[in-house]
Amino acid sequence: MRITVTVDGTKYTDDVEPRTLLVHYLRERVGKVGTVVGCDTSNCGACTVHLDGHSVKSCSVLAVQADGCEVTTIEGLARDGQLHPVQQAFHDNHALQCGFCTPGMIMQSIDLLADNPDPDEQAVREGLEGNLCRCTGYQNIVKAVRDAAKHMSPGAGPDAEKIEQANHVGVGGE
Amino acid sequence: MTATIEPEVGKSRRRKEDERLITGRTRWTDNIALPGMLHLAVLRSPFAHAKIVSIDTSAAKGLPGVVAVYTAADLDPEGAIGMPCAWPITPDMAAPRRPVLAADRVNFAGEGVAVVVARSSAEAHDALEAIEVEYDELPPVLDLEAALAEDAPLVHEELGSNKNAFWVFDSAEAGTGGNVEEALSSSEVVLKRRFRQQRLVPAFMEPRACVVDPTGAQLTMWSATQVPHILRVMSALTLGIPEHRLRVIAPDVGGGFGGKIGVLPEEMMTVLVANKLGKPVKWNESRSETMLAAHHGRDQIQDITISAKADGTVTGLKVELLANLGAYNGLVGPGVPILGAFMFNAIYKIPAYHFACTNVFTTTTLTDAYRGAGRPEATFAIERIMDELADELGMDPIELREKNWIKHEEFPFTTVCGLTYDSGNYEAATEKAKELFGYDALRREQKERRESNDPVQLGIGISTFTEMCGLAPSRVLGSLDYGAGGWEYASLRMLPTGKVEVTTGASAHGQGHETAWSQIVADQLGVPFEDVEVLHGDTQSSHKGLDTYGSRSLVVGGIAIVKAAEKVVAKAKPIAAHLLECSEDDLEFSGGKFTVKGTDSSTTIQDIALAVFAAHNLPDGVEPSLDSDATFDPENFSFPHGTHLCAAEVDTETGRVKLRSYVCVDDVGKVVNPLIVEGQVHGGLAQGIAQALFEEAVHDESGTLTTGTFADYLLPSAADLPSFTTDRTETPSTTNPLGAKGVGEAGTIASTPAVVNAVVDAVRHFGVNDIEMPLTPMRVWNAVRNGTPDAGGPGGEAGGGLGSIDASGGAQ
Repeated sequence: MRITVTVDGTKYTDDVEPRTLLVHYLRERVGKVGTVVGCDTSNCGACTVHLDGHSVKSCSVLAVQADGCEVTTIEGLARDGQLHPVQQAFHDNHALQCGFCTPGMIMQSIDLLADNPDPDEQAVREGLEGNLCRCTGYQNIVKAVRDAAKHMSPGAGPDAEKIEQANHVGVGGE
Repeated sequence: MTATIEPEVGKSRRRKEDERLITGRTRWTDNIALPGMLHLAVLRSPFAHAKIVSIDTSAAKGLPGVVAVYTAADLDPEGAIGMPCAWPITPDMAAPRRPVLAADRVNFAGEGVAVVVARSSAEAHDALEAIEVEYDELPPVLDLEAALAEDAPLVHEELGSNKNAFWVFDSAEAGTGGNVEEALSSSEVVLKRRFRQQRLVPAFMEPRACVVDPTGAQLTMWSATQVPHILRVMSALTLGIPEHRLRVIAPDVGGGFGGKIGVLPEEMMTVLVANKLGKPVKWNESRSETMLAAHHGRDQIQDITISAKADGTVTGLKVELLANLGAYNGLVGPGVPILGAFMFNAIYKIPAYHFACTNVFTTTTLTDAYRGAGRPEATFAIERIMDELADELGMDPIELREKNWIKHEEFPFTTVCGLTYDSGNYEAATEKAKELFGYDALRREQKERRESNDPVQLGIGISTFTEMCGLAPSRVLGSLDYGAGGWEYASLRMLPTGKVEVTTGASAHGQGHETAWSQIVADQLGVPFEDVEVLHGDTQSSHKGLDTYGSRSLVVGGIAIVKAAEKVVAKAKPIAAHLLECSEDDLEFSGGKFTVKGTDSSTTIQDIALAVFAAHNLPDGVEPSLDSDATFDPENFSFPHGTHLCAAEVDTETGRVKLRSYVCVDDVGKVVNPLIVEGQVHGGLAQGIAQALFEEAVHDESGTLTTGTFADYLLPSAADLPSFTTDRTETPSTTNPLGAKGVGEAGTIASTPAVVNAVVDAVRHFGVNDIEMPLTPMRVWNAVRNGTPDAGGPGGEAGGGLGSIDASGGAQ
């Protein structure tokens, strides 16, 4: 099936097998290998991306379901050489160790902050329940999300990605 | 090129590693794609124990995209390849061959029986379903005690027994202490307990993967491994590849925790297939495969007897272990319980000690190293039984520990098993932890809740610990029959621009070596932190080493860096003297600068690097290079310690456990980067708490793993854990120049008994003196209801058999 998807601001048109999962499409066809696969039961959240401004586990979405949509991956977050405030907060608060869960954790945190710009500790913990980390014990991740909240301007969540992508001139792709 | 003055060691530096990890510009093994690369998928046995009657691969071979389908007969027709075990713990240890693919018999559910190679991973997995294997089922061997019965079905018929090895240490025989039987028969209190270390899954987040490229001058293997150097030598030995023709790269590796220490059949089969086809081949496993076929950890039955005087002075300790190895010897699997042998005595002065371990084969996934390897198991048993002893004697558990621990003025102290602890201050750590925790106030609250019959009871758990860290002293490892040494390697190169390239043999998988090593080098050479680049995980650039496990990176690998840096400074000194036209004796080196004593005449080591590169004006006979390498093999282990306190609220009506607060004060000696240390402690705590409360790998009665995905195996999420209060005391190690002790396993080792002690403490007045891990609400509720340890484990009869032991728990 032919699909057209905008990934990190660039429009791609591809033929995909109907069974292709979005995560495999992103990794194998678009080359966005920053998004990773950690499990096969949608439990770990390592593959979390934004689909039209909301976080999804890209292992539980078919590529064909993303037809006509905008996808933001970890690789599309930093703009003009500037890290996204959540990326910066993860670095500042030592919220990662091996870093394998980190892309999904960051993407989920951004969506969480879009819903609740000033979450307390419990809200962050519950908001990240679908993303597993084995290294950090989560404490610094929670700290990073709350720290990022302080540095994010209102509307700096996934909605901002949509606006920015709409203004983005498509380069590359097909 | 200005020299830094402020010391880097001790600073909470943000990590250099983070930049690529937070932007997705990482190089995981699964990200590697090579021209013409094929994909390998493994067909795995659904049965725990069966004869393979036939394998029909013809249908699979004809499917779209399929390039080849192989069985053991194709990959290893002579049956000559056996996976290595590096730790033959006794001369008569049973060592059944572990094949790359099972040929005529499978010995655990998940063992590989055939592989498909296809153009895409999806096509390879499709084709697996078309392979027809006829099995003739054999009785599984699952229960550790039943496996040792005379008439037990055998995992490996040719061995005639399911026993792998029997290993014993006795302090009277070793001359390090008294006779345990005498201590037990002459003491006023003797307490015996059986504890179960449930089977755990290391659960690194990145599944295992391997890419092999045979098309270059060398065979290149990328692997999600924590031991690239060991993998290289073991692959060479296993497959007969000349070592110098094999390059192993561990690119970014997504966690290990001991779980990526193996040398894998999948890695070997990928090499064999790539060589056969002359094309790059990738194997990348799904999480379900990881759960089935990557090794598990723990899985021991511990019978432990302690004796004491009425005043609480411990007089003897006897430990009898049954350790489940699974179906074969793992790379270091047989040695894991042996590491524990040296840690059951923990921080205590125990006059007599006897340890005996029987390793057992069963038809289950292999067990091998998992965070702490042997030491968490030992610490759990001693810290649990110390609590039981305190209860028996009517003492406060901290008071009992104080009575028996090594006092800070008694270091160095040689323990009953012959290890010499160099330094420690258990008093200071405990005092600080008690204060942060609010011990006395919590005890008061506990009393109130008991008196008011509050449905939510409060328990306080303590765990003090030490561990033998920095797995190293090669002579000691040799005396334990470990197959390799424990040294570590580093090299250091000053580049023409004054930048420094450092290689370490301690290959990292998330611990932040690039940052910590940069800090060490910055101080040693007096160069800016940013001017240091750390290379690791590639046997070509970092060509020698023994990798990362057992908290050895800093205390062995970090010291090798110090040694290499000292050599570079020594090499630069005559050049500096030549350039400054003075005698070497008149020079002093500080902050990256050689200065002529009493003058302002100086030159920096970074300037010397350029002078060496130009080589226009060097002293006679000096080679134009400013580099060095060093190998460090310490004289002794290091012994970090700590005191952990946990307050748990137990809902007696539902069995739910909530951790109200967790405080730990760890002493890991001198700290290079407090930020990294704190992060390691957090992660370790989460893993240890998870063993206490959540995690267990369960096989059903047929030997099928029923916790085979993250949907069934309860890895805690952020919502399942509290925030921790962590702090430190700092008693430097006296046996290495950094004074460091190692931190990777501390949190995991200490937290499991702290949590279980807290929960048992909360409900002890219901007559409960033990609850089997993990402390699920059902088990806690049952314990409260029955006033005895829970009899039923999720393993049905296998688990149930363990619950009936010594429930009375009194003195014997």
